[in-house]
Amino acid sequence: MATPMGKPPVAKPQRVRVKTMMPPGHIRTPAYLRGKTGWIERQLGPFGNPEQLAYGLPGEELTLYRVRFSMAEIWGDQAERPEDTLDAEIYEHWLEPV
Amino acid sequence: MPHDHSDHLSPSGHPYRADNDEPLSYWQTMEIAVRELLIEKGVSTAAEINAQIDAMDARSPADGAQVVARAWTDPAFRERLLANGSDACREMDFDIGALQLIAVENTRDTHNVIVCTLCSCYPRNLLGLAPDWYKSREYRSRTVKEPRKVLSEFGVTLPDTVQIRVHDSTADMRYVVIPARPDGTDGWSAEALAKLVTRDSMIGTGLAKTP
Repeated sequence: MATPMGKPPVAKPQRVRVKTMMPPGHIRTPAYLRGKTGWIERQLGPFGNPEQLAYGLPGEELTLYRVRFSMAEIWGDQAERPEDTLDAEIYEHWLEPV
Repeated sequence: MPHDHSDHLSPSGHPYRADNDEPLSYWQTMEIAVRELLIEKGVSTAAEINAQIDAMDARSPADGAQVVARAWTDPAFRERLLANGSDACREMDFDIGALQLIAVENTRDTHNVIVCTLCSCYPRNLLGLAPDWYKSREYRSRTVKEPRKVLSEFGVTLPDTVQIRVHDSTADMRYVVIPARPDGTDGWSAEALAKLVTRDSMIGTGLAKTP
């Protein structure tokens, strides 16, 4: 059963890509991560979809993932130190398997 | 106003600040209207609203410092804090409401820093209100791209052997950093250790104070 606080990381990290869609509205997926590939650090939720909740609609319950990206993946040659990482929370409908 | 000094500088030599006589903004008007409606319709009382504001103002980084100091001195508590930050804080009787907290730990090899690029998400139910700079566009945009440079501007210069983990607080979780316990504090009580834990050390833009 999913718990709000997450599960320990799985043995083999699952790689995922953030979708590149650019819908209007209240979106909690930062633009600088769209199209970037990372790996799942832990699973969270379910939480109501903020893209619906923001407009007073009943929020569909979604799994939230903490996804870890390397700075090299996000910033390419401009990364300050390529091995440093960034974690962000991304809802399941924004992720596709790699 | 006295006439024996400049109109631009006060007698103590500071510039006069304009009175805040400008009209209310749209959102200030909205806040007052909603608050008055809640009271008029009996949803809340003015006393309840004031009590909520007082409760938020009473929260401070000192609460988080107690949590960190206990994690430094109680290995079983540290495990529980890393597994479920919210439950661990409730266990210490902090009134954190619906806060969903993840604690991340600094070690010899890893330094964590927290930012919210989309707005200003902050674990305020534990640490109180965020510092103004945390909400600035500059901190939010630069920390995800050049964390080392940002940290150095806070006076934290990390060797290249330490890996930085930036946490962008994009959705439902809030974050607190457990800073590394300073050297030279063996045998210290949690109460004494808590005094070394600063607000910035729990955001990751600082380190715990050294004795």
